Amino acid sequence: MSTQTSEGRASRPADSAPSADSAPQPAGIVERLVRDDVDRKRFLRMAGGAGAASFGAFVLAACGSSSSKTASTAAATASTSTASKSSSGDVAILNYALTLEYLEREFYVKVVASGFFSGKVGTLIKGFGEQEATHVEALKGAVEKLGGTPVANPNGKFPITSATQVAQLAYTVENLGAAAYLGQAPKIQSPELLATALAIHSVEARHAATLGTLVKKSLTPDGAFAKPDEMSTVLAAVKPFLP
Amino acid sequence: MFNNTLTDAHSGRSGLANPGLVDFEVGGMTRSSFILRGALAAGAVYGVGAVTPFVSQALAETGGGDVEILNFALTLEYLESDFYNVKGREVGLSGTAKSYATMFGEQEADHVKALTSAIKSLGGKPVAKPMFAIPASSQSSFLSLASVLENTGVSAYNGAAPSLQSKEVLASAGSIVQIEARHAAAINLLIGDSPTPSEGFDLPLTKAQVLAKVKPLIKA
Repeated sequence: MSTQTSEGRASRPADSAPSADSAPQPAGIVERLVRDDVDRKRFLRMAGGAGAASFGAFVLAACGSSSSKTASTAAATASTSTASKSSSGDVAILNYALTLEYLEREFYVKVVASGFFSGKVGTLIKGFGEQEATHVEALKGAVEKLGGTPVANPNGKFPITSATQVAQLAYTVENLGAAAYLGQAPKIQSPELLATALAIHSVEARHAATLGTLVKKSLTPDGAFAKPDEMSTVLAAVKPFLP
Repeated sequence: MFNNTLTDAHSGRSGLANPGLVDFEVGGMTRSSFILRGALAAGAVYGVGAVTPFVSQALAETGGGDVEILNFALTLEYLESDFYNVKGREVGLSGTAKSYATMFGEQEADHVKALTSAIKSLGGKPVAKPMFAIPASSQSSFLSLASVLENTGVSAYNGAAPSLQSKEVLASAGSIVQIEARHAAAINLLIGDSPTPSEGFDLPLTKAQVLAKVKPLIKA
């Protein structure tokens, strides 16, 4: 556990170029991944490009016939009288997730701009910020696909005072994000959106664990079973970061 | 995007189903209860005898689907648990690798217990623990394999979870996969790999894809 900590705690001169990172574009990540394997190319084209709903369709297609059947029936459910009810529930969940992803993206933009991190840790932090940006794009696309209106960027404000403080805050924010997705997963009606939310959920968890190694805190603060957080709990926790 | 699926779902049962089925209140129903409801509606028209096979099929699917997925997950957790708790000790780990293996091993063992009891509570029979053949003889080969197992585990849960019928089971699977993701990130960091998939989404795998990866490790 100690191997990753020294760089994270060290306050370093601002040798990075934060301006290049302040508006990360998912297209850049798409381009990078085009050089990767076929699955990733397909995945990315759909998740980052066409939006999360298409990505979900790809996931279900890849899951084989039994899950496709399940999806068909769930889809049939959505097509009947309750369509508006279930998709409005999903839109609300997506917009909630989008709000959190906007905050995370903004946070990492500020962290990268602070220049507190360089080297290996700096690369990790920058990568996390880029990933939050792809989450924002995927969720926006999914809201639009459901006929909803994506929420506006809340323009979060974060205290950025030292490398240690920032790393601690990042650890807290990522754990909160993971718990927020976990809390919503059973409430999502569309299997496609559920697949998308799960694909994001485990990445938030990876961020949290990585930051845990930096700040020498538990990789698994809830033990063997992660605990979900309700929407109200999460929104209260992020309130200090809203303008 | 859902235009043709209602027709498909319906026409599959069209020999028996009430033509009015599509007008039923189906919000929030699972696939199995949808079929079950259709079969019961048909029963009102054709008599109970004609419909019994469909009812029992629907009921079997209600338990069968989730139990099958949970048993698949249980097999993976058995593998991970043995990997850390048996193989980890055999290899003789040190430092961070040792502390991770101890902690992760306890958590995988907890997952085995939780999945076993979830399967029983659904009326299913937990699969027996297979015999494993794990080819790791050094700390570095152990950690490389740990990375494969944990990352495969994340993708396996992410791939299977949307097929779960029970929201409770889904919540449990979610709380387990989050831990697998944390393990995967920590192991990846330790061996100098990226803790995250670079695109920012954990690519799901199908059951067949997962089995192709872990089968060489399963003896029987």
